[in-house]
Amino acid sequence: MANRKRLTPARREALDCYVFISPAIIGLFAFMLGPIAASAYFSFTEYDILGTPKWVGLDNYVKLLHDPLFWQSLKVTLVYAVVSVPLGLVVSLFLAVLLNQNLKGIFIFRTIYYLPSVISGVAVALLWRWIFNPDFGVMNWFLGKLGIEGPKWLYDENWALFAIIIMSLWGVGGSMLIYLAGLQSIPTEMYEAAEIDGANRRTQFLYITVPMLSPVIFFNLVMGIIGALQVFTEGYVMTSGGPNNSTLFSVLYLYRNAFDYLQMGYASALAWVLFIIIFFFTLLVFKSSPMWVYYEENRGATK
Amino acid sequence: MKIETGPAVIVRKRMGKKASSRIRAAVSYMLLCAGALFVLTPFAWMISTSLKKKTEVYVFPPEWIPSPAQWHNFIDAFTIFPFHRYTLNSAIIVVFVLAGALLSSSFTTYGFARLNAPGKNLIFMILLSTMMLPSAVTMVPLYILFNKLGWVDTFKPLIVPSWFGSAFFIFLLRQFYMGIPRELEDSARIDGCSSYGIWWRIMVPLTKPALATVAVFSFMSTWNDFMGPLIYLTSEEKRTIALGLSYFQGSARSAPELHLLMAATLYAISPCIVLFFLCQKLFVKGIVFTGVKG
Repeated sequence: MANRKRLTPARREALDCYVFISPAIIGLFAFMLGPIAASAYFSFTEYDILGTPKWVGLDNYVKLLHDPLFWQSLKVTLVYAVVSVPLGLVVSLFLAVLLNQNLKGIFIFRTIYYLPSVISGVAVALLWRWIFNPDFGVMNWFLGKLGIEGPKWLYDENWALFAIIIMSLWGVGGSMLIYLAGLQSIPTEMYEAAEIDGANRRTQFLYITVPMLSPVIFFNLVMGIIGALQVFTEGYVMTSGGPNNSTLFSVLYLYRNAFDYLQMGYASALAWVLFIIIFFFTLLVFKSSPMWVYYEENRGATK
Repeated sequence: MKIETGPAVIVRKRMGKKASSRIRAAVSYMLLCAGALFVLTPFAWMISTSLKKKTEVYVFPPEWIPSPAQWHNFIDAFTIFPFHRYTLNSAIIVVFVLAGALLSSSFTTYGFARLNAPGKNLIFMILLSTMMLPSAVTMVPLYILFNKLGWVDTFKPLIVPSWFGSAFFIFLLRQFYMGIPRELEDSARIDGCSSYGIWWRIMVPLTKPALATVAVFSFMSTWNDFMGPLIYLTSEEKRTIALGLSYFQGSARSAPELHLLMAATLYAISPCIVLFFLCQKLFVKGIVFTGVKG
């Protein structure tokens, strides 16, 4: 008590502040910064968890360059991200524009479209595995109705990754909702003014909606890239990385090296390469943002 | 969305506009229904399969309405795999994670949002940037750490980190704290209330809606988490629902029991679906808040 009395109010506040944020600081070091540093160290070692880590220098990174499965996993992950992220972005933006109309019963559609985002992971993967069943699944039944003979999907190395991309579209509800909120914050006067000037809907969409929404598109793009490059459950549950490694995602390969083969050092090197790739893509989006992301200065004043 | 009562200039066009807006509405409904079909068919397919006899599952073209509905599939699924045990495990983890996430996030947010100390903003920035950190990087070293502590095959690796505040929740709550007038705190401080008292007696009750959002999100991510339990839980009786399901499939591969697998899947997702319908507003608010204001 006596000690506390000597504190000035500002010092007292600072002390309280540190106490309040201490869990976050501890968590930051124990579960984030510490492990990142440890991961960097382990990536230069050979470590099977039972023994002690043995320093091997750059060996893991050299091995990685000559590992066909690493390149395969990189290819699978990049193809998945490059296709699924823009596709999901366009679909969810399109849905949001559709849902932003004053139509009867529109809220029912909002609920329906968001519903799949509530469940995730294993349940979704199991369900879609059954949907894609080539002989008895509902996907090929539906395609059959249209007169198309469906492929073997998850059993065909040319189609398995594509099937997982289709499945990813089922979960666009979350980003759709974010776009919708963005759309609703665009002042209607802008559209009214454009209408008086004779702008048609396409012009309005390209010159009002897209620029006004660009900060939201930016946010969804960054989150989408980070998420897509770390896909794991789909590959693990639906295909075990197969057939013929056509769905061997980077994190799945990392998981196998760490927990199936107990190569913690090599797995750490894989993690760092993935980290650098994610960082590179995120940086690319950030650096390009002044060219296409539009921030309206005046709107900050109302916040 | 469009306002039909514009200035005189556009009145001329109005008749044509009415017709075209009707066509637009019709096209919109058609697209929306097609999309809804794509979203809902998997759910219908899951429910349909879960109520079928084993022999009905492998019929092509599929029968959508099983007759009679095999309700006992749900009981059968429980006898093959101890899903009541898995449910209990998931529930235990969820309860401790929720308690930790709510208390720690709310507590730390008060410091970040209301108090000042040198270096606070820097720490906040670092914390925010960790939201973009791929969890794959920390996966291996965290496993090594928890293994050293002897926590593998316990619930601790899945629970303990949630007690140290999550960047996502702190960010969400901070937005909320900003909107609470400072006068309330000032008068409490004059009455001799400490920062801790203010947090507990004023901020916690006032931020209840935001805390509910945190609770819902935290529940969802914990209930659906697969990778964490997969890495840390090794013995059979400690499996969570999500992990149990994936092993169910493993056994279904050798002996196809797809109707039971779908019944189990339906059971596993039902709490999330129910929660979603009960707190739709919270969901929307949480997503929109973190997405747009970010």
